[in-house]
Amino acid sequence: MTLSETQTPLLRICALTKRFGGFTALHSVSVDIRPGERFGLIGPNGSGKTTLINCISGAFRTEPGTILFRDEDITPLQPHLRTRRGIARSFQIPRPFRSMTVAENLMVALDFAAHEHVSVTQRRDTMMSILEQMGLGSKANASATQLSQVELRKMELARAMATHPKLLISDEAMAGLSSSEVDEVLDLLLSLASRDITIIMIEHIMQAVIRFSERIMCLDAGRIIAIGTPSEVMADKRVQEAYLGT
Amino acid sequence: MFSLDLLLDAVVIGVLLGCFYGAVSLGLSVSFGLLDVPHVAHPAFLVLASYAVYFLNEQYAVDPLLAGLLITPVFFLFGLAAYRLYYETFERRGSDAAVRGIAFFFGIAFIIEVLIILQFGVDQRSVTADYIGKAWRLGEIRIPYRLLVAFAVATTLTILLTLYLSRTFMGRAIRAVAQDEEALRLMGTNPVKIKQWAFGIATAVLGISGALLIIVAPVDPTLDRAYIGRTFCVVVMAGLGSMGGTLVAAIILGVAESIVLTMFGASWAPAISFAMLLGILAVRPQGLFGRRS
Amino acid sequence: MKRSSITFWVGAAVFLIAALAMTQIVHNQYPFFAGYIILQFIALAVAWSILGGYAGYVNFGTSAFYGVGVYGSVFLVKAFGAPLPLQILAGAAIGALMGLALGLLTLRMQGIFFSIATIALTIVIETTITNWRYVGGAAGIQIQRPEVTAPFDSYVQMLFFVQALLVVLAVAISRYIQHSWIGRGLQALRDDELAAECTGVPTLRLKLLACVISGALMCAVGAPAAMYLQYADPGSAFNLNYSVTTLAMSLIGGTAHWAGPIIGAILLGTTQQVLTVTISSEVNLLVLGLMLVLFVVGAPEGIVGLIYKLRGNRKEGEI
Repeated sequence: MTLSETQTPLLRICALTKRFGGFTALHSVSVDIRPGERFGLIGPNGSGKTTLINCISGAFRTEPGTILFRDEDITPLQPHLRTRRGIARSFQIPRPFRSMTVAENLMVALDFAAHEHVSVTQRRDTMMSILEQMGLGSKANASATQLSQVELRKMELARAMATHPKLLISDEAMAGLSSSEVDEVLDLLLSLASRDITIIMIEHIMQAVIRFSERIMCLDAGRIIAIGTPSEVMADKRVQEAYLGT
Repeated sequence: MFSLDLLLDAVVIGVLLGCFYGAVSLGLSVSFGLLDVPHVAHPAFLVLASYAVYFLNEQYAVDPLLAGLLITPVFFLFGLAAYRLYYETFERRGSDAAVRGIAFFFGIAFIIEVLIILQFGVDQRSVTADYIGKAWRLGEIRIPYRLLVAFAVATTLTILLTLYLSRTFMGRAIRAVAQDEEALRLMGTNPVKIKQWAFGIATAVLGISGALLIIVAPVDPTLDRAYIGRTFCVVVMAGLGSMGGTLVAAIILGVAESIVLTMFGASWAPAISFAMLLGILAVRPQGLFGRRS
Repeated sequence: MKRSSITFWVGAAVFLIAALAMTQIVHNQYPFFAGYIILQFIALAVAWSILGGYAGYVNFGTSAFYGVGVYGSVFLVKAFGAPLPLQILAGAAIGALMGLALGLLTLRMQGIFFSIATIALTIVIETTITNWRYVGGAAGIQIQRPEVTAPFDSYVQMLFFVQALLVVLAVAISRYIQHSWIGRGLQALRDDELAAECTGVPTLRLKLLACVISGALMCAVGAPAAMYLQYADPGSAFNLNYSVTTLAMSLIGGTAHWAGPIIGAILLGTTQQVLTVTISSEVNLLVLGLMLVLFVVGAPEGIVGLIYKLRGNRKEGEI
């Protein structure tokens, strides 16, 4: 949790706890994410990764703990307000708007999350340029239900991008993809990161996380067990134990 | 205007009435409470059972309770078929199931209503038996035997169903399917088969519930609409899927209705269950003990 | 204006002129009696689908809004002798408020819980009206129609035309919503509420908006019914049949396009009028139930869905 003192963090999570009934999914988690950082989030199944993401994006309410985004306390905000502040996410299991085309999926984001009022034509141009970037240009008029797994993943990222995020959270965007597809998505994320977007990447595919991240945090049973550069975290005894089992 | 005797009377009648509401809600407690089927046709099935009992009583002078018992196998099969149809057309297709499922069951309820009207007319129907129309005097309180019958049958049914769900293999499987369908699938059991069986049981119970319905008061073809409120109120208040809870919730409803009836008159009675239901749902949007995450 | 918009408004104008011409040419009163009912259901179905179709919240409270519209008029006529336009405006206002209240109370509920809550609300309101002596209580109340104003010969003809106006209003609003950001937001939250939130859609506010608009329209549609029947009683005004009929019309027509509920209402409404006259009102309920079940099982997207399927792709919903 060390941070160069010169920069204010983009996202600051302070003592965040999340309980479900008697089960505590997150134990007082604190972490700062720097602007422009590529941040990897790892941990075994059920360690609280997705719960943390749900707390950041606002799907879950948190009891103790605060979340600051660009120095603003966003803890009481509903998800759509957080999205408008610049937090976008993809979902572990893709959640497209099934009754819509790919283009319409993106238009929802542009209609509601775009910061300035722009004309319909401009919004269309933005949408097409995002789709082109994501390699989905040819699929604009396809129904969301007709997409392949990798296309669905890309569409989710494209939809998230259409909200003009400052922070993009990618929740296992590579799960279930072939190794060439993993590289494709990874390259996409790296190119987004190079354009000043801070990215939190949750992933089980270790090579991808290591290649992507500047810093990695490992959760286990709702607690941070390690945080640091990829090599530091991989060398950590507790991380190895958590992954190999005790 | 308001005496203690009157209140006591209202409470005693209310408890008995409540047990009866419990009996007619048990099936829904399984089908909606445990299986998540949006079964708004449950009260229509119930009224249908009442008319079947009426038919047997009228034509062959069968005792209404016995008649209720006799129709349970038929209703069991009916339930199996209904679930199969629901599963094939809605659950298997996925996400939109709930929305269309409600419309589907409402359509079924309408069809049942009209078929009853076409067969029996719109007039009220009742059954005859020795215990109907007489009452037991307990001091100042007059308790109709038909309510006592309903009380006895309701408690027996609740106990039997609770035992079934906790002691038998199938019962435990039904509860397991409500908790975690995926786990059951991994254990090599087909959850659909179990849900179908459970829906069959829930519908079979309606045979006896239907007999109680027509024993307690005369029925008419559109009576099911009033019971949408009562049965769903009970099941939601009970916490989805708990049999004992169902009985307790039903007694609360029965007492509330009975007191309002005594104090404000019959014209407010239809709103009690619906108002309670609305109140509970407004406080807990997922039902009192929503299981869904 | 886009070409499709011009076509739409020309069509609406032609429809209204035809309705007006019909009141001047046709002297038999029956077509107006039957036509009024069909128009009323078109307007109800279109209004219903704004929340029920676009947002996917299955509202069984149509009869609550309709009944409140009816009784709003009953009250205004009895208390102030209010004229018809005022009755309709008041209906819309009350409906909007009621929509807001219903929305705040129920829109956090999901799926069947929402539907059941709307039924509950209907019965609670019905019971309240039943216990309100001033507007007639359970026995109902007779209402005197005022003199009809030119250019109409009879009051029913005028009501027929008024209802035609309400249909155009409802359709115009529904069509506008479908093609605007509101429609896209509603469709998104219908598909996936959490994903919609995380894409920036203010789901609760949009649902409230849909509930308010839908409620205002349904109440306004109910308002002239008191004058149409010259009588009102709670059992009929709040009959659950309105809810199920309206819902069936929308689902049968299909809710993906604003024209769906119109198609469904014309189809089912006409069938019901014919059946009621030729056979009996029970059979018409049976047909309603059967068609509802048949369509949700066999053609879940309704007639509009079937048309899309026939065309092979869906080109509508232009951005």
